[in-house]
Amino acid sequence: MAIGIIRFPGSNCDRDVYKAIELAGGEAEYIWWNNEDLTNYDGIVIPGGFSYGDYLRAGAIASNTPVINGVKALVKEEKPVLGICNGAQILGEIGLVPGLFITNEVPKFNCEWVDLKVSTNRTPFTKNFDKNQTIKVPIAHGEGRFYSQEDIDTLKDQEQIVLQFEGKNPNGSIEGVTAICDESGLVCAMMPHPERASEKILGSNDGLEFFKGMLDII
Amino acid sequence: MMYNVKVDVSLKEGMLNPEASTIERSLALLGYEVKETKTSETITFEMEDENENSAREKVDDMCQKLLCNPIIHNYEITIEEVDCKN
Repeated sequence: MAIGIIRFPGSNCDRDVYKAIELAGGEAEYIWWNNEDLTNYDGIVIPGGFSYGDYLRAGAIASNTPVINGVKALVKEEKPVLGICNGAQILGEIGLVPGLFITNEVPKFNCEWVDLKVSTNRTPFTKNFDKNQTIKVPIAHGEGRFYSQEDIDTLKDQEQIVLQFEGKNPNGSIEGVTAICDESGLVCAMMPHPERASEKILGSNDGLEFFKGMLDII
Repeated sequence: MMYNVKVDVSLKEGMLNPEASTIERSLALLGYEVKETKTSETITFEMEDENENSAREKVDDMCQKLLCNPIIHNYEITIEEVDCKN
């Protein structure tokens, strides 16, 4: 059994995620957007990129593809799903996590290393960190400002806030939130790129733990 | 019947609009002092349907499913019958 990596036209972090899953000791397979049956997979990663050119809104068109029905079916089976960057925007668009990631407060493409606070370690992806631990993972997005209509205190109480920017808030997200999960904690949408922090030579290997944690529970 | 459809998509009142504030700052650089700048997106297309109500219902569905995200957007639908005589 393997972790499936979904490919849309315009995905561009798929190979990096594949490599990171291998480094974490797992097996990965690519899944094309028109595949609806995902029953062969133990977990799913929706990687970053610019699916369908980010036309309309980031993630809007990808959210209406057949593979999303497969993702929803896996979520019902309580399999872990991680959306990274464009993948996070897609999870927000389909409503599997609360809130959305929209145009940055200052609308420029923001590509830099950031310090993140692990706000909860109850998710498979963050279980190998201590709560409130600071980790280093890069961001790269123009539409990553977390916005939610839901009360932020309720999301905090339910431990649905997974990661928050530390030191500075580079995109104007509510309370610096940059990763959010559903009530179960098994579906997580994160704007930072853990796969780009999966080896020391890249600047940090903190990101590898997200994949190791995911593999631990499957 | 053939209809011309126009959907105007705008951010909900009170939401930060970085595109509009950038335009406003840029206009100020040119010496134009403006305020309350807003941007919106217009999507137009033609569609065939039995009547206007049925077309409107479908377009509303399109807005809910794809053209807008109801969490952040308001939308306005305008439907006009295509004048076939011209």
